[in-house]
Amino acid sequence: MRYSHASKALVLSAALALTLTACGGGTPEESANGGSEGDATKVITANTTEPQNGLLPANTNEVGGGRVMDLIFTGLVSYDAKGKPVNEIAESIETTDSQNYTIKLVPGHTFSDGSPVTAASFVDAWNFGAAAKNAQLNSYFFESIKGYKEVSAENAKTEKMEGLKIVDDNTFTVELSQPESDFPLRLGYTAFMPLPEAAFKDPKAYGEAPVSNGPYKLAEWNHDVNLKLEVNESYEGPRKAANGGIDFKVYQSTESAYQDIMAGNLDVLDQIPPSALANYQSDLGDRSVNAPYAGNATITISGYLDHFKQGEEGNLRRAAISRSIDRQQIIDKVYFGGKVKAEEFTAPVLEGYSADIPGSEVLDFDADAAKKLWDEANAIENWDDSEEFSIGYNVDGAGNKEFVEAVANQVKNTLGINAVAKPYTSFKALRDDVTKKKMTGAHRSGWQADYPSMYNFLGALYGTGAGSNDGDYSNKEFDDKLKEGLAATDPAEGAKIFNESQEILFKDLPAIPLWYQAVQGGWSENVSNVEFGWNGVPIYNAITGK
Amino acid sequence: MPENQNQNPEAGLPISKIRAGKVSKYTIPHFVAPLDETPLQGVDAVKETGKPLSMWAEAWRSLRKRPLFIISALLIIVVIAIATIPGLFTSVDPTSCYLEFSNEGPSSGHPMGYNFQGCDVYARAIHGTRASLMVGIFTTIFVVLIGGTIGALAGFYGGWLDTILARLGDIFFALPMVLGAIIVMQLPAFRDNKSVWTVIVTLAIFGWPQVARITRGAVLEARDADFVKASRALGLSRGKSLLKHVIPNAMAPVIVVATVNLGVYIVAEATLSFLGLGLPFEVMSWGNDISSAQSQLRNNPMMLMWPALFLSVTVLSFIMLGDAVRDALDPKSRKGN
Amino acid sequence: MLAFTLKRFLQLIPVFIGATLLVYFLVFATPGDPISALSGGKPMTPAVESALRAQYNLDQPFWVQYGLYLKNLVTLDLGMSFSGQEVRDLLARAFPVTARLAVMALAIEAVFGIFFGVIAGMRKGKAFDSTVLILSLIVIAIPTFVLGFVLQFVVGVKLEWAKPTVSGGATWGELILPAVVLGLVSFAYVLRLTRTSIIENKQADYVRTATAKGLSRGRVINVHILRNSLIPVVTFLGADLGSLMGGAIVTEGIFNVPGVGNLLYRAILKGETPTVVAVVGVLVIVFVLANLIVDMLYALLDPRIRYA
Repeated sequence: MRYSHASKALVLSAALALTLTACGGGTPEESANGGSEGDATKVITANTTEPQNGLLPANTNEVGGGRVMDLIFTGLVSYDAKGKPVNEIAESIETTDSQNYTIKLVPGHTFSDGSPVTAASFVDAWNFGAAAKNAQLNSYFFESIKGYKEVSAENAKTEKMEGLKIVDDNTFTVELSQPESDFPLRLGYTAFMPLPEAAFKDPKAYGEAPVSNGPYKLAEWNHDVNLKLEVNESYEGPRKAANGGIDFKVYQSTESAYQDIMAGNLDVLDQIPPSALANYQSDLGDRSVNAPYAGNATITISGYLDHFKQGEEGNLRRAAISRSIDRQQIIDKVYFGGKVKAEEFTAPVLEGYSADIPGSEVLDFDADAAKKLWDEANAIENWDDSEEFSIGYNVDGAGNKEFVEAVANQVKNTLGINAVAKPYTSFKALRDDVTKKKMTGAHRSGWQADYPSMYNFLGALYGTGAGSNDGDYSNKEFDDKLKEGLAATDPAEGAKIFNESQEILFKDLPAIPLWYQAVQGGWSENVSNVEFGWNGVPIYNAITGK
Repeated sequence: MPENQNQNPEAGLPISKIRAGKVSKYTIPHFVAPLDETPLQGVDAVKETGKPLSMWAEAWRSLRKRPLFIISALLIIVVIAIATIPGLFTSVDPTSCYLEFSNEGPSSGHPMGYNFQGCDVYARAIHGTRASLMVGIFTTIFVVLIGGTIGALAGFYGGWLDTILARLGDIFFALPMVLGAIIVMQLPAFRDNKSVWTVIVTLAIFGWPQVARITRGAVLEARDADFVKASRALGLSRGKSLLKHVIPNAMAPVIVVATVNLGVYIVAEATLSFLGLGLPFEVMSWGNDISSAQSQLRNNPMMLMWPALFLSVTVLSFIMLGDAVRDALDPKSRKGN
Repeated sequence: MLAFTLKRFLQLIPVFIGATLLVYFLVFATPGDPISALSGGKPMTPAVESALRAQYNLDQPFWVQYGLYLKNLVTLDLGMSFSGQEVRDLLARAFPVTARLAVMALAIEAVFGIFFGVIAGMRKGKAFDSTVLILSLIVIAIPTFVLGFVLQFVVGVKLEWAKPTVSGGATWGELILPAVVLGLVSFAYVLRLTRTSIIENKQADYVRTATAKGLSRGRVINVHILRNSLIPVVTFLGADLGSLMGGAIVTEGIFNVPGVGNLLYRAILKGETPTVVAVVGVLVIVFVLANLIVDMLYALLDPRIRYA
């Protein structure tokens, strides 16, 4: 789970985005229909950032490494373009109570060195990822599995989670510590990839040159320069490569990558820089796309701030600020129409999404209503005009400055208060103040889904004591709804309950949703079949040469 | 080396020639013979009454007649006026920004149009003058004071003092200015008290070695000149000969670097702002505006043009001023006019 | 001269220790916890956190951290980056690229700066002088991040004279564009320094003597005026070589040059002390050497300057 960080360009924050599988690619039929007369031998060049760590599934938590991992590894399932899980190595994932799962594998899959992918490849990899002594950044992904507490504690005595049991070479069972109906949805996430035995002997060396089982394999990694992927001929599955390999070029900024796209020096760019948002359609014509993905942008006003404590005054003020933001105007002027106004707290590409949850009108711009709400709050406790309302943002994320300044100006103009945009040098500096609860004002926030589930948005951000609950939000009623939604065995039923939980959020506004994310991408004249997945990552394996 | 031998008589002369010039009203008709006699006495006589004063006075007399000086001084006065009372030059509130005007061109009352956020470009440039000018001027002053002193001492006295000061400079110089600023500006003491002064201090901390280096080089060159030796032979102490003879003769490159620096510091503030380390966010500056103009370069180049133009004119006036002062201080150059 | 050089090399030791200590302390004092930033906003389990902290000695007090750093340095172990790479390797990749870039930028600013500076100085107050003044003003007033972007767009994309970005190899040809951008700002200094020096020296008596002797104008300028005018210019160029080697974060970012500037910038933002200290350590050495060369050039340009 990570914060959205408007710039995928700057490597810095581990935080960013989307480690999710880049895949999708749809079913083989679909990609065949996609007009695949293209050149299937062309090596595609694409932009990336330098992976922050060695390529180990449970240690890759940022875009740069994530997109490579998802191409060179394949797990039990992968996600299609719409975010629906499609079986890869899994033959079946079965449960009756949402707590005990039996997972059967399709036999015959191998790693690129010929060793077989077995139940042990998964169980050992997951145990490795969860064990404290391996210090893997994604270890919390296994926290639902029974026995996670024991292996992840400091000075843990055991390294095997008791919830994982191997039945035979192609079958294993997973026991969770509580029922969680969206567990199968998570299994396409990078952290859940299998590892060959060889990986555990020297994980560091393995991370530099992984032996893997995905549609591609890593051929070369020149740090800070490029990563070359070649087609893995032994891969069998829905994401078979339609090109001759992918050459990821490491860019320090999308600005320079964009210049390369225009000069025909690069084939695929996954993010148009802010400076080109007004021009990219005329620059690239039909070689560009605006694709919504599972992420949103929000503003969090922490509940520990004076005037904004959870309760009547705070709720009124948050609502007033929310209603003083003309989201559509910012979308039009700052993003040149490239985003969609938020209607709730998750994302429209997710199953169960609803645009008309009661209470959502608080996200609509209405200057009069905003002023009225603010005055009502002033009646409870007066807001002195010398007070400043700041919205923090990190300058290393391209595009943050523009939108945060616009929001601050709108709040200022509507409410007549001293609202300002406050820059932080780096994502690190901003997060530091946020996690230490040292914020003196609001801050930009956002979420990009790790796996396609509403719970991934709601639980992690607003559950009491949840890992990324920056605003210190706590509401028992909401927590109960979440639990109820998780335990539902029918996903549609679960989504309905999650949407009910959002009605509570609209009253309290632990974060103010602004808009849904969309990625603007472009490509050169040398390639075709470029599409973007549900998570905003190009479906690299389906791209062909011209 | 014949040219250096040739230089000696020349180098010895300037002061006597200034004297000569001063009394020349009466001696013009005999312009060859009397020059030798009068100045010798003149030098001796004036020396007791405090030569530096008269040298600067001499420079001033020559300066105020120069068109270059007059123009640059006028420009600087205007810029300082803008910085002091911006309200005189615009009545538009620079912080009143409406997104609906984003990137719009000039209209009545808004001669330079709007920026990306819909703020008035002209009003922002006017109100940004103070911070930018302060950063430019004060950083330059600090850097010249610190760097100049250290460089002059190091170059003049040499030996272990030179070693220590030069190596100290190396330590500070090794961290490139912008990068050093990133670290320093993030230190709690600086981050929590952000103001124009923290920016100035930061830039000065990492800027002085450059001027120190230049001064040291110039002083090294001047200290062995014959007129310095002569002044020592005449009984002037080392310190005094440094102040009275070496420094005035080593000023030219320092003035050049300082005036160019003035502009570079204003722009360095822009780079710091670009990286989120510059002035406090509520302080307007050309640098801030230039850095936000970057992302709109292709669509609204005017957003960059205006603050950059203000900056250019300011730097230009200081460069011209520096040129004029340098000319005025240099007797050789004055002789030519 | 040999003793002089030797002494300089000995001075490297305290300078190196001083610089690394200063930088180590600065990064240490910078707020923000590098380890929690690694997790990207998601709190880590305490076990993972303490394991990582121990791995980078971040659980130790300052003096112990620095001591361990120096101790490892003796065996040429510069530590590890957060990405698990040897800092040694990072330096070995970044410095050659930046060195190429710095040398080119230096050559550009020296050649053009001195050339135009001489002409402007000889024709003080004439049209050429004013044109060059305006030119240098533009260069000063427009920050690198704008200038670089414009040049990249015009030359790289519209005219297609050069590739807009630098490939992994960072060949000399690819580096021309960034080198021009880098060299331009310093070009303004070199130009104005040369011009002023020339103006100062062109009226010197030895110049008149040389002209009177019947020497050609070219020889007078090159041998008599220029040589005597170069000391401030050489000083500046020496100092500038150091700054250029420190990499230009902005220029390197625009042209995607995998050099020192970016390495250092990212390391500072991440709080990756070993990398920051190592880069600065190398820079200090470069500076002291550049200084040494400049001091030797002084003696060459002006025989009156002697070093004991």
